[in-house]
Amino acid sequence: MDILFILIPVSLTLGSVGLLAFIWTLKHRQYEDPAGDAARILSDAFDNAPRPADQFTATKVE
Amino acid sequence: MSLAEYQGGAACPGCLAVPGLTSRATGQAGAGTEETMLALPSAHCAACIQTVEHGLKAMAGVTDARVNLTLKRVRVRHDPGVTPEAMIAQLARLGFEALPLDMVALSGTENDRQSRDPLMRLGIAFFAMMNIMLLSVAVWSGATAATRDMFHLISAVIALPTVAFSGQPFFRSAWASLRAGRLGMDVPISLALIFASGISVYETFHSGEKAYFDAAVMLTFFLLGGRYLDVRTRAAARSAAQELTALEVPRGIRLTNGAEETVMVSALRVSDHVIIRPGGRVPVDGIVIIGESEVDRALLTGESQPVWTGPGAVVSAGEVNLTGVLTVQVTAAGKDTSLRRMADLVAVAEEARNTYTSLADRAARAYSPIVHLLSFSCFGVWMVITGGDVRFAINISAAVLIITCPCALGLAVPAVVTAASGKLFRAGLLIKSGTALDAARVASDIVLMGRDIAPVADALRIARQSTRRIKENFAIAVVYNLIAVSVAMVGLATPLLAALAMSLSSITVTLNALRLK
Repeated sequence: MDILFILIPVSLTLGSVGLLAFIWTLKHRQYEDPAGDAARILSDAFDNAPRPADQFTATKVE
Repeated sequence: MSLAEYQGGAACPGCLAVPGLTSRATGQAGAGTEETMLALPSAHCAACIQTVEHGLKAMAGVTDARVNLTLKRVRVRHDPGVTPEAMIAQLARLGFEALPLDMVALSGTENDRQSRDPLMRLGIAFFAMMNIMLLSVAVWSGATAATRDMFHLISAVIALPTVAFSGQPFFRSAWASLRAGRLGMDVPISLALIFASGISVYETFHSGEKAYFDAAVMLTFFLLGGRYLDVRTRAAARSAAQELTALEVPRGIRLTNGAEETVMVSALRVSDHVIIRPGGRVPVDGIVIIGESEVDRALLTGESQPVWTGPGAVVSAGEVNLTGVLTVQVTAAGKDTSLRRMADLVAVAEEARNTYTSLADRAARAYSPIVHLLSFSCFGVWMVITGGDVRFAINISAAVLIITCPCALGLAVPAVVTAASGKLFRAGLLIKSGTALDAARVASDIVLMGRDIAPVADALRIARQSTRRIKENFAIAVVYNLIAVSVAMVGLATPLLAALAMSLSSITVTLNALRLK
């Protein structure tokens, strides 16, 4: 049963990583315009450099 | 259920989150810049996003523009010198029809925190449910003694904060309805959550065999899921009313002793004279005294033919003056205009939930006293049978509370409505109100808002089907409850059985909703 002392922390850690990732996406407003995000990936505009920080996001996130 | 009662009782987290239509704030984003929101009904593709954003950013004074394709809107950040009219003209040159939206009136749907909160609670409940389930499976499959106690302890550490955080909407609304002297659906839910957690903690520290942490968290997750679907459908409906309010014009040209001055609409009074130029939107309700013109009433009545107006004719706020200059005597301004009254009516109608939701509410109202009664009488009966074994009796009455909890009932309506609105959306129709799904009303509602009659047959078929699915879902929920309660009352409900029953009933109801074609 000693294996439990490794497996339980491992499973909890992996779960927490998923949870933190979810919270991060939520805080960065990734669920607000799913249709737009799906379309934006087709544009070449930011292929070589990322879009500069979104001003709206910057003012809105508390 | 009346609207007033609905607001007073705060029956769901969504109602708490919705500020009144009249709440006002400023659209100012920061020093020196302003934000404007424009509706873009015709935007639909990646190229549209590019064209609109680049086109707007090319204008002098515009610092940023961002299209939201889901909501079909563009948010523009610009210097105060740039007028919405200039942006609309620019978009028209690019081939896009745009309408100004009043940011302030829209703030209800834009409020981040309130729209994010339910999703956050749902995500955390899901994480906790999955982890506790792993530990529970080990216990069910035969972990004993110290191993089982440790698993229970770990479950407790995950479950208690989760229930405390994710269960808040239920606790809050249960407290509100208790204070109002009523037993809402949330009272047994909150009791079950508190009972299940409390007893499980007690059992954990006394090396008991039964801990209901999995059931408590699962209950939170499934019920939050139902609420979330419900709130989302109604948020979409609400924005229709807000967009109507946003059609109001902020300024008007007042004629005082022959001199024109531009004033805020709120400064206009009854019997003032207002000039409306061709292309302008009428800011007030009034009677034409000088001038002849044609007005476009499409936004209010759906009539696409321009209507002739001249002295003596009545015009309403929101109409567009097309050809000639009109001088209008104000008969109603601000809150009293027919546009505003219409928006209020739409808002009221949309907040009212559909007949089946109110059926669910009525079921819940009958249901909660019965559940409490059953649970307490179980406690009494088992006290007598076991000769005063309090721990056992409390366990049974908690099992009754947990297992009867209305996962299936709470999901029955939102699951079907969400599935139906998805189908309708793909057929090119937007459900504007929960009531529209009611088969009897669907025809009139959709004809009223549509120019194209073809999808109406589809809509009718979907509405009829969803009515049937909702009825089936209620039947499933009732049958499930009858079986589950009797099992729990005789003391046969184990945590495994409770978890199985709860997830099976919820999944059955959801799958049944997805059968909608």
